[in-house]
Amino acid sequence: MKYVSEFRDPALAQSLARAIAREADPARSYAFMEFCGGHTHAIFRYGVQDLVPANVRFIHGPGCPVCVLPMRRLDDALELAEAQGVILASYADMLRVPGSGRRSMLTARAGGADIRMVYSTLDALQIARDNPTREVVFMGIGFETTTPASAMAILAAQREGLANFSLFCNHVLTPPAIAHVLSAPGIDPAQAVHLDGFLGPSHVSTVIGAAAYRPLVELYAKPVVIAGFEPLDVLQSVLMLIRQVNEGRAEVENQYARVVTEQGNTKAQAMMDQVFTLRDSFEWRGLGAVPHSARAIRPAYAAFDAEARFALTPKQSRETKSCECPAILRGVKQPKDCKLFGKACTPETPMGACMVSSEGSCAAYYTYRRAETMAAMEAAA
Amino acid sequence: MTLLKPGATIEMAHGGGGMATTRLIREIFAPHFANPLLAQAHDATRIDAPSGRLVMTTDAHVISPLEFPGGDIGSLSVHGTINDIAMGGARPIALSAAFILEEGLPLAVLNRIAASMGAAARHAGVPIATADTKVVERGHGDGIYITTTGLGIVPEGVHIAPTNIAPDMAILVSGTLGDHGVAILSQRQGLHFGTTITSDSAALHHMVADMVAAVPSIACLRDPTRGGLSATLNELAEAASVQMLLQESALPIRPEVAGACELLGLDPLHIANEGKLICICPPEHAQTLLTIMRRHPEGQNAAQIGTTGPRAAPGTPGLLRMTTLIGGTRVVDWLAGEQLPRIC
Repeated sequence: MKYVSEFRDPALAQSLARAIAREADPARSYAFMEFCGGHTHAIFRYGVQDLVPANVRFIHGPGCPVCVLPMRRLDDALELAEAQGVILASYADMLRVPGSGRRSMLTARAGGADIRMVYSTLDALQIARDNPTREVVFMGIGFETTTPASAMAILAAQREGLANFSLFCNHVLTPPAIAHVLSAPGIDPAQAVHLDGFLGPSHVSTVIGAAAYRPLVELYAKPVVIAGFEPLDVLQSVLMLIRQVNEGRAEVENQYARVVTEQGNTKAQAMMDQVFTLRDSFEWRGLGAVPHSARAIRPAYAAFDAEARFALTPKQSRETKSCECPAILRGVKQPKDCKLFGKACTPETPMGACMVSSEGSCAAYYTYRRAETMAAMEAAA
Repeated sequence: MTLLKPGATIEMAHGGGGMATTRLIREIFAPHFANPLLAQAHDATRIDAPSGRLVMTTDAHVISPLEFPGGDIGSLSVHGTINDIAMGGARPIALSAAFILEEGLPLAVLNRIAASMGAAARHAGVPIATADTKVVERGHGDGIYITTTGLGIVPEGVHIAPTNIAPDMAILVSGTLGDHGVAILSQRQGLHFGTTITSDSAALHHMVADMVAAVPSIACLRDPTRGGLSATLNELAEAASVQMLLQESALPIRPEVAGACELLGLDPLHIANEGKLICICPPEHAQTLLTIMRRHPEGQNAAQIGTTGPRAAPGTPGLLRMTTLIGGTRVVDWLAGEQLPRIC
């Protein structure tokens, strides 16, 4: 497969692994956060951890869209589908995520709600065209990767006069979340996660560009290497991070230069700016309220804003108490530190979103390293 | 042919047991299924079975879409049940078929599917010995559901069962993985991607007959249908309480299938196959079995994909692991629920 198999070449992987082993200083440790769940998945799927020395650790970040969505927003979506009778269109990752009372879109659908899995906003627009007498709400979720498609859907709906289409906007931004992880406001410094650098997201960076990380790097003096999603990309980026750390540099470097440019996709950025504005603050699961970290639909497009069109009842959504997802999302804890892992909480019976999404840390540990994780839990107990 | 008028559909009367039912059977099913057993035209068909050990299996088929690249629900219902018999090392001798038809189903579609089913049975040399039809009201079914049951005879000296699986055996697969599931996905509503991938739906009993004749000590055969290779091997690892190790680089996967899975965020190891088998055997027989499989069109891409490891701790299921392309290792897990594509 062109542009894929080349980036999974075993001989090149071994030579990068040798370079990492040679250059990693055994007298210290390296803690790198892969911000994005796509990287977490790649690291586990290919066993990248097995190819780096034990003093190079991956800390899994909050870049999993369904993991950071607070339960209240999911409960709102379920209300739209159940009580308000709309057709709710959603990307598939959301379907199994547990809301209050362990209800999910799948259980709501089994109970008669009209919830449809779509692969793109184009499918959601088509559902609206095919059902002119029904309200169709698209569950907009994701970082900068999926936001332009939501903006495009609103512009298309306006152009066509598709009055029964609206967006429930939950789109969030990457740079404020990285800043939040680094500044850890309100968190005891002893509890804060220590990081030596970041593997920057792949697809997000194609949209926002390498330049978007420069202010962060200047402010916090932590290296960022924008990395592709293939195993060789990850290994090469780790090597680049180790070199920056060893040389005392903190820069934005772009390993994924075959796709990511300095300025990113300026057309997509313009479209996002046209349709969306920034919320003053948005609640993230795990991170709490993060200022200027999410998008809202501009008043000019309020006709396509589900939050403006439907009166949603206020909710007291509460996360499962013993679920450690919030600390895991901040990189402070690992799945093995959660006593629900693999017992009360499995991909079949998830207690928290991190066990659901293929980008979630708990799902990655469960799927790819369950035996080791459970053994570590038993040893700790 | 008077039933098959343009636009004709299944009506409730076709399931009423009266003249309409008889005409449906005479004009659509009987011509396609014709064989001496069915010609007995009895409520129960008499089969002169050779002596020996019988195997029996049943399988319900509910696929959507009814027709897909490389097959349809009719041929699939024949292949699926024949393969379940063959996985016991047995020779299939007869099938039964039960149809649940939804009111409004175009008779032209039913006729195509019955023709395909009859052709699949003839090609496999396994007669449909008895059949039944019922009709449900519109909205109470999905076009056609077909349940097939099969009978087979196990040859002398063959004993195939998961509990035979022991440490240090070879794990073979008869060909490329994930073709059926991706062919179906490519046709599903809401997901139109252009592809040349066709379902691998096929009957494997001729290939299996050659395999068990040459190597009666095959430990286990299993067809990796729903849940794909990972579910099947995890089931076997659990039943035999033995560890298993796969080599990712040895897995036969078509580039088109790998590409579709990359795009959709799916894992080919979790995707259904309908014309493939997994064979676990003593290592000294691996090469012989691969050579036999490769002689058959269904086994052209047969490969050894791994080995069984040591026994799992008593009372625990064996774990399925894989050495990844780049030389790391990971667990290959059961799929939890339905495989859902990723957001980004």
